[in-house]
Parts: sequence; structure tokens; C-alpha cells
Amino acid sequence: MEINLNGNLVVSKAKTLMDLVLEQDLDPSSLIAEVNLKVIPQENWKTVPVRKGDTIELLSLVGGG
Amino acid sequence: MTDIRNDKMRLGGIEFTNRLFTGTGKFASLELIAPMLEASGSQLITVALRRVDKVSKRENILNHIPSSVTLLPNTSGARTADEAVRIARIAREAGCGKFIKIEVITDMKYLMPDNHETVKATEILAKEGFVVLPYMTPDVTVTRQLYDAGASAVMPLGSPIGTNRGLEMKSMIKMMIATSKLPVVVDAGIGRPSQAAEAMEMGADAVLVNTAIATSLDPVQAGMAFSMAVKAGRMAFLSGMADRKLMAAASSPLTGFLRE
Amino acid sequence: MTMSFLDKAIQFQSFDFDGYFNSVILEDVMNSIENDDLDLYDLLNLLSGTAQAALEPMAQKAKKLTIQHFGKTIGLYAPIYISDYCTNHCTYCGFNRSNGFERTMLSMQEIEAEARVVADMGIRHVVILTGEAPLMTPLSYLVNAVRILRHYFSSIALEIFPMDENDYRILKDAGADSLTIYQEVYDPNIYREVHPEGRKSNYSYRLLTPERGAGIGFRAINIGPLFGLGKPMIEAFMAGLHASYLEQEFPDVEISLSLPRMRKATSCIEPRHMLSDRDFVQIMLAWRLFMPRIGITISTRESPAFRDRLIHLGATRYSAGSRTNVGGYALKPIDATVQFEVTDKRSVAEISRMIRNNGYEPILKDWEMF
Repeated sequence: MEINLNGNLVVSKAKTLMDLVLEQDLDPSSLIAEVNLKVIPQENWKTVPVRKGDTIELLSLVGGG
Repeated sequence: MTDIRNDKMRLGGIEFTNRLFTGTGKFASLELIAPMLEASGSQLITVALRRVDKVSKRENILNHIPSSVTLLPNTSGARTADEAVRIARIAREAGCGKFIKIEVITDMKYLMPDNHETVKATEILAKEGFVVLPYMTPDVTVTRQLYDAGASAVMPLGSPIGTNRGLEMKSMIKMMIATSKLPVVVDAGIGRPSQAAEAMEMGADAVLVNTAIATSLDPVQAGMAFSMAVKAGRMAFLSGMADRKLMAAASSPLTGFLRE
Repeated sequence: MTMSFLDKAIQFQSFDFDGYFNSVILEDVMNSIENDDLDLYDLLNLLSGTAQAALEPMAQKAKKLTIQHFGKTIGLYAPIYISDYCTNHCTYCGFNRSNGFERTMLSMQEIEAEARVVADMGIRHVVILTGEAPLMTPLSYLVNAVRILRHYFSSIALEIFPMDENDYRILKDAGADSLTIYQEVYDPNIYREVHPEGRKSNYSYRLLTPERGAGIGFRAINIGPLFGLGKPMIEAFMAGLHASYLEQEFPDVEISLSLPRMRKATSCIEPRHMLSDRDFVQIMLAWRLFMPRIGITISTRESPAFRDRLIHLGATRYSAGSRTNVGGYALKPIDATVQFEVTDKRSVAEISRMIRNNGYEPILKDWEMF
């Protein structure tokens, strides 16, 4: 289904947030996930569903000044 | 006057004994961050928040920062107060702590911060319990506004980000130091340890150095050099060797007797 | 040297001091305080009424500069009055010739007695003073006096009537090394009023005395106006101008400034412009900021409490244990006819202790002439 991921419209087969992370080939341990403007703690990723039209941000802390 | 051994800086409920703040930006290799922190003794370091996806994935920077070092996430990328606020909230929710460096920049040519949006963001975030360190263009009036808005310190730029031109804004910063009720942390533009020492001699409370360390040939040694310079400058200031405040303090120890 | 100080002083005769002082704003004062190399406009700013609001920052910088250039030291000296014969009619002075009191002139033996007492106090720098009576105290008398004092003191300054170069040279060869000469008042009109007759009525001769002295090689020259005669801030400016002129023309000579201010001596006129403590301090601070290396000498005319404070405000030399009457140390320790009232009557030991209590070092001997 179509979701808005990091500002882009993408098609995803993920059912849960954790699925999405793995689908994106990302390491969960270094990620911050925000679904529809709400930050979701990592322990809940396996239970939070991904629905059509969701706005999802996957972020991480990187080097910056 | 204070002895350097007892010299501490309180910020956000934390006592810092090292007045060199550092940053994680522009490091050629993230592996150098931990040894740089060790060598410099810096106790506060900035990080940024970025979107990641399968194309632009990066290693977790937290792997390279000891837990004893305070994280200072910045709101880089934000162009409005609202965007800055959002980034701050995300960082906090993600477990980065309550410190936040507000960086709102709409000027892509010189990267000069938007003081106006910065004050707005400060007000919102301070109310939510953040320890707000706003990055700003040196301005005595804006400093006052940030104090009223609840900032915990003010971070005037020495010269524009990345220019390494040192204390171009010296006279403005001096005015801020003379009048600010908040600690003054000179951020951006410090390119050499002597410039960091100069800022401390002027009476700055701390300096933040990122580019000069990260892009040097030896960031570990550079970090140590900056740390020593900051300490030397601070000791000079404490020993009364340096410039005093421009305007008299409320008391007049030398001439007060003339009013009697 | 093509221009003398007279030419310089004349340039300022038509300067609108009041107009300038009224135009000074606080920002001008703060800029002048911040500057490292002050010019005449800065001096004016610091002497303006506006600067009264900035005395503390002026003081902080003045203290810092004084310590930078002089260390935390105060030089001590004592005056020795050897004759109060005077032909002048200075309306403000206790030795004015129309004041009826018995005049005294010390013999060489008596001078030596004074010297012994002063030297026993620990003093090594003295100032010899006379009135203006060249017939009574001719050059030979002065030369002999200096020769005697040479045995007791390392430095002898002369605070006597203005003399020619040749006479100064002779006195220098005899052992005098410094000259103190107060203009009294730089305003020529007021000068004429208060010096109606006698040799002293010659304004320009007196004005050029410091440079005559410097020209023949006196090591140190001390100048200053007598505050109370002319408008204080204008006099302070002219004195500052004079000092900086001397500093410029005679780079190897130590220039110092004093702030003698009128109180009341015997049958004296009321000062027309009383100098308040606040103004006194302001002038001192302005001078210090304008000329960081200038000496500033404070006499015992000033009260103990005030002198204690001045240590931290840029003073560099103090008189101590002073007697301001002829023979005041040995011959006539209790005499009424003083040139000015000594307000700070503390002994050398007491002054030294006070200086140390303030974290400074009293210097009794600064140098020696061979």
C-alpha cells in the first residue's frame, strides 16, 4: 500500500512498523520512528500497524554541529 | 576569585567541569569521535537528527559517544520555529535527553540563524521543560528576549558556520557577555585554539568547536589542543588578567566611597 | 624643538571647553575608556560632566594601568622647607609677602639638622622648598643646601622659584636631580589676577620652566595646577596637555602630575572653584587613562581617609611625615606659619603600614644619582 515515508510516496508491503524497518533494510537499534507525528518507542514496533496513507518518519542520530 | 580546580559550569542541572563543547559533524571517520572526546575531556557533544532509508543509511552515532557525555541534539534542517520544535520533541522522545540546541537557518548562503524564529522556538520548548541552548547571531536585545523566553544559555556565533574566521563578532559578543544574564557559549567559526582562548579570556562561559576539530588532520590532538586553550583562557579570566566587563557592575568598589 | 609649550597653550585659549563638554554623551566616554591610545578628545571626554557617571569603569581601568606600569608600589618622599622669604604677592598663599609673620631662612647647620631627622624617618627622596626671594636665597645658598642634602638623600627635587638654564645646570651638578614647578593656573587672565606683582607675575616664564629644566637634564619634572584658582576641568586639561607635551619632547624625562588643591592657609582667599573629592578623583583617573606612564603625586594636604583610597586609583607617590613650615622637623617643630595645612599627619612608619595593608609596597628609595 501507499505510505508517505520520509517525505516520499512509497509502496510498502509491511504490516507492522518493524516489518517496514526491516523492509527498508535498516538496523532497528539505531532508529527513531515517528508515525503520524507520534514517536513510537521501539518495544512497540512489532505491534504498531502500518496503514495506507500513514506518514512515517524513520530517523537516526547522525553527526552534526 | 575562583580557582580553576573549583571552576564549574551549571547547565540544565548538570555540572560541567570542561568548558569545551564539541560536535560530531563533518568527521571523516566516526571512529575518531570517542578518542577525541577522551583526549579533550569534552562533556557535551552535539548530534543531529536525519531521515534514513535504505539508500542513505548511516551508522548509529551513539555507538561512538560514551554515556557519560551529555548529548546536545540540534534542530538543524529546521526553517521555522515549528519545525525546530518538532525535531526537538522527536529527539527527546527518542531518548536523547532534555538538552536541545535550537538552530533555525533560512539563509542558505551564509547559514546565519534566524533570531526571530529562534526566540519563538525557545519559548515553546522551554515551557515543555527542555534545556534550551539557542544558536543565534550575536545581539544584545535578542539575548534579553531569549532570557525572557526561558533559554538556559545563549550561543552566539563567532563567525559563520564553517568559516573558521574566529571571533569576527568579537565586539558584539563582548557586549553580550557584559549584559547577559545567561551563560554565553561562543559557537561556530572558532578555527584555532588561540581563538577559543581569546573567547574565554573575554569572559565567555564556554565555547563549542566542531568543524575545526573534525576537519583537522588529527582530530584527537586538535581536541586536546582546544581543550587546553579553553582552560588557559578561562584561567586567565579567573586570574583577572583579561578584559573586564565593559560597564561597571552594580557595586563600585573603587569609587563608591565618593557617594558617601 | 621648534614650538614651545607656550605656542601650544595659546592654541587652546579660544577653545570652547564648555561647548565641547556639553556635547559629550556617555557613549563617547565609554569609547574613551575602552581606547588604548587616547588623544586630546578622549581626555576632554573623560573630564566632562558626563564622565561623572562612569567613574567606576574609569577607576577599574586606571587601577589596572597603574599596576601594569608601576607595579603595586607607592614612592615616598618628604618636603623640606628651608626658607619662607618671599617677594611675591600670590593672593592664595600662606607665604604671601603681605602676610605678616616672621620669616625664616635656615643656616647650613640647621638644614643639616632637618636632613638628619628626615633621613631617620627612612625617607631617601626629598623636595627642597623656598619662597621666591633670590636675594635672600641666592644660587650659592641653594647650591650649598643641595650639597649638604646629598649626604643624606638619594634624590633631591627642587620646588623653588623658576630659574634660568644655567642656574639649573649648576644646581644639577651640585646634586639636584628633579624639578617641581606648579603653574598654579593655566588661564592667563586668572594668572594675572592672582599674581599681580613680583617675578611670579611673568606667566610665560613660569610656563616654560618645566621645559627649561628638562632641557638641561633633570631626571624628573613634576607639574600641576593649583586647583581652586581656575575652572578645574579646564585646568586639568591644560595640565594634561602640558604633561603630554613634555613626555613627547623629553622622552627620557619622568613626568609626573600633582593635584594640589586649595583649602585655607593663613589669611588666604576663598578658592573660587572648589575642587570636590569627586572631581579630584575624576581628574586623576582621566590623567591616568590619558597618560598611562605619568606619575601622580599626592601630598599631605589630603586627608588620611582620602589618601588611603587614592592608592587604588592611580597615585604613584606620596609625601609622608611632612612638615610644611621652615625648620619643621628639627628647629621649629611647633610653628604656625605653614605654606599649607598638613591634613595627613601620619608618620612615615604609619603611612608605610597603611600602604602595605592595602596590598601595595612603599618605596623609600627608588634610585640614586651618582
